[in-house]
Amino acid sequence: MESNQKENIIEEVTKKDYEFGFVTDIETDFIPKGLNEDIIRLISRKKEEPEWLLEFRLKAFRHWLTLKQPTWAHLDIPPIDYQDIIYYAAPKKRQAKQSLDEVDPELLATFDKLGISLDEQKKLSGVAVDAVMDSTSVKTTFQDTLTKHGIIFMSFSEAVKQHPDLVRKYLGSVVPYTDNFFAALNSAVFSDGSFCYIPKGVRCPIELSTYFRINAANTGQFERTLIVADEGAYVSYMEGCTAPQRDENQLHAAIVEIISEKDAEVKYSTVQNWYPGDKDGKGGIYNFVTKRGICRGERAKISWTQVETGSAITWKYPSCILKGDDSVAEFYSVAVTNNYQQADTGTKMIHVGKNSRSTIISKGISAGHSQNGYRGLVKVVPSATNCRNFSQCDSLLLGSQCGAHTWPYVECGNDSSILEHEATTSKISEDQLFYCNQRGIPTEKAIGLIVNGYAKDVLNKLPMEFAVEAQKLLSITLEGSVG
Amino acid sequence: METMKKMLLDYAAAEMKNISAHDTAKVAAMRAEALKRFAESGFPNRKMEHWRNSKIVENQEYNFGIGKEATCKSCHDFSCVIKDFDTEVIKMKNGVWDEDENLKTLKNGIIIGSTMAAMQKYPEIFDRYFGTCKLDETNGFYDINTALWQDGFFIFVPKNVVERKPIQIIKLIDNKENPFIQTRNIIILEENSQLTIVDCDDTKCHQASMINSYTEMILGENAHLESYKMQNLNDSTTLLNTNTAKQLSNSTLQSCIISFNGGRIRNNIHVDLDGEGADLQIYGLYLMDKQQHVDNQLKINHNVPNCTSNEKFKGILDNEATAVFNGHVLVAPNAQKTNAYQNNSNIILTDKAKVNTMPFLEIYADDVKCSHGTSTGQLDQEAMFYMRQRGIKKEDARMLLMYAFAAEISNHVNISALRERIDDMIQRRLKGELSSCDTCAFQCGQKEYDFKLDLNKI
Repeated sequence: MESNQKENIIEEVTKKDYEFGFVTDIETDFIPKGLNEDIIRLISRKKEEPEWLLEFRLKAFRHWLTLKQPTWAHLDIPPIDYQDIIYYAAPKKRQAKQSLDEVDPELLATFDKLGISLDEQKKLSGVAVDAVMDSTSVKTTFQDTLTKHGIIFMSFSEAVKQHPDLVRKYLGSVVPYTDNFFAALNSAVFSDGSFCYIPKGVRCPIELSTYFRINAANTGQFERTLIVADEGAYVSYMEGCTAPQRDENQLHAAIVEIISEKDAEVKYSTVQNWYPGDKDGKGGIYNFVTKRGICRGERAKISWTQVETGSAITWKYPSCILKGDDSVAEFYSVAVTNNYQQADTGTKMIHVGKNSRSTIISKGISAGHSQNGYRGLVKVVPSATNCRNFSQCDSLLLGSQCGAHTWPYVECGNDSSILEHEATTSKISEDQLFYCNQRGIPTEKAIGLIVNGYAKDVLNKLPMEFAVEAQKLLSITLEGSVG
Repeated sequence: METMKKMLLDYAAAEMKNISAHDTAKVAAMRAEALKRFAESGFPNRKMEHWRNSKIVENQEYNFGIGKEATCKSCHDFSCVIKDFDTEVIKMKNGVWDEDENLKTLKNGIIIGSTMAAMQKYPEIFDRYFGTCKLDETNGFYDINTALWQDGFFIFVPKNVVERKPIQIIKLIDNKENPFIQTRNIIILEENSQLTIVDCDDTKCHQASMINSYTEMILGENAHLESYKMQNLNDSTTLLNTNTAKQLSNSTLQSCIISFNGGRIRNNIHVDLDGEGADLQIYGLYLMDKQQHVDNQLKINHNVPNCTSNEKFKGILDNEATAVFNGHVLVAPNAQKTNAYQNNSNIILTDKAKVNTMPFLEIYADDVKCSHGTSTGQLDQEAMFYMRQRGIKKEDARMLLMYAFAAEISNHVNISALRERIDDMIQRRLKGELSSCDTCAFQCGQKEYDFKLDLNKI
């Protein structure tokens, strides 16, 4: 057959255009291109920030000037001119809005096209959505329910104004501005993001969700997300991204920090579907994100779940520092690359606390001419006794031009910890295909079935609302014409 | 390392004329090029990805003049000859050929000799093969070896020759000064030939020394090479052992590297599978204690379709020993039907021992089966309990478990006399005997070690 047919299928999939490509015409408030201390002061002034935050930005910027963009990743990154980026863009008509009616109808339409109607979500799904459109928060819903529980969930700039002490206490405590090149850049110019604080012993009754969208051409987006779960708290946080089609590459360097105190649990899920570039590898988002969580207290738990289908270049390692004794960290990831996409992603699990446990499940699927890599570190410091890690990283190859790579680092520093790593790389099993064919399932559907089943381990970890979207995205990226 | 670099460059400037007096044009050119590169980039440092956990690059003082005078003809030093093990023995002392005859041709046409002598007597063969194995990226140790090598062993197996009798190479270090030794070895197997070599690195003295050995193995079509490497050095010795191999179609290479003892050992293995149907099996075992350090770096390039490779490394670490494993399998585009497997398991016996494992897969072809696995842990407590419950002493039970763990590697030794010897050495090593042997690690051939368990109790 089949081999022809299979190639056709793969070709069709490979050549599929980005379905969510469109530009919403909203007036945007730009500041001049380029990056210097004046620009940072301007951003800070526009956002009416306190002095200490400006200082933080400036310190980060001065540190950034001493750094060079790292080159160790297995990525082919065209040179980025950091002076050719607009570091701040906010929708102009910004005023307090009480209801959805006041929101720009075009913006609402944008969300409608993405299938994330604020309206519908507000009514039906019980999800509070903090929609971020080009760096500035536009609408926050369900504030009332959250307020009742004492939960703070708001845009970052609002949080700076309303809860400066909390923000100041936690900002940069997991990802310091000195952490890496992009973290320094973000710390200097971050525009907005989300802040979430769950007080002691509170179980957040709804799943918190933020949709980010990069909208204006030529603007990098630098969000900052800070999630704090105080002792015994629980929150499930979702973040999803889709970006309209652009020909010029856009840089995205976000920071996500999670703090999980004693007995707290944070579940962070993300679906990333930014514009991956067209089928010739033109355009697309550069997604260079620093995500890190810390299990600060005993029995704290952090769980990362990610579905990565978009971006021309993805370069991120959602990590956990297991500082508290008996803390638990999980990382579940599906990364799909197609056409000329590149991904170098994975996780770091740093065991500092005794009896801490971590699990890593990573599934990579590469097609077309793409390169998909897992890079991970599991480190147990000598004092962290009785730690346990299990890592599994599988790669699936569709097509003969793509690449799948695994670079695990396993560092064990004591004699009571058990660390295991296993990985396999293969193409879709001919046996499985034959089995399906034999039972009357056409190759197209069979490939869909196998790929879906392959990613199920991770998809199952996503919250309900998200799982649907994630499956949709998977099918758009790979199965579109298949299943 | 900066002072070392400077001393080496001074030494090269002073001695290069003598060293390269008999070079062929090709070798002379390679020396000059490598020296230039070394002068520019020097030794690797911890900031480099492949050296970040390596203790090899720590500063040491060595005497670089050694190697000028080949003196000793003291064969009785080589007590390492294995009983009931019929081999063609080559002896080298302090990196210099230590036989009366420095080049000999066996009946079936196999040439064995010193690299220097072979270069002078068989320049054609030498030039055809020398330097044909390539490292993906050169490093300071390779460069300085290429620039300054003065001896080593040369083995040439002509077409269609099958040699059943293994060749054993015993390389002994015994020197009062702290030598820095560059040896350059070549093993050539022409098509349809077959050879087994046993390669032992030993020290007899307590002095610190550094051995920078570079071995090229060239396997022609359908050639079969079995290589056993035993490393048994004192605690102040640094051994940097670089092996590069190039395999043509249907050739097989089975390599077994056993690091019994040694201050700092690094095995750089680089294999290019250049012909379809080539098969590579690499086994490694390291038993480290005190503050010893072992670092195994493997790079396997699957350049063509239908090749198989299998890496299996196991290690037991006691006291404050540290180990690094970096296996890197690269499957080139179009190298379809590749089968590659990597495994690294470690047992850590103390809180202070440390293992860093990096099994990398880099794959650019889709119809492949590649997998890797690593595990780092302790002796199985349930198995311990089972045995102790049945009246086996804790020490014996521990020993038995460790031995069983290590035997998985020694089982791949195909020569029974050698396998028994290796098993015996593993047992001694686990008992802590080898490392405490004072003058020679290999005085153990005389008495059988009594490691008998009453199996009826199990």
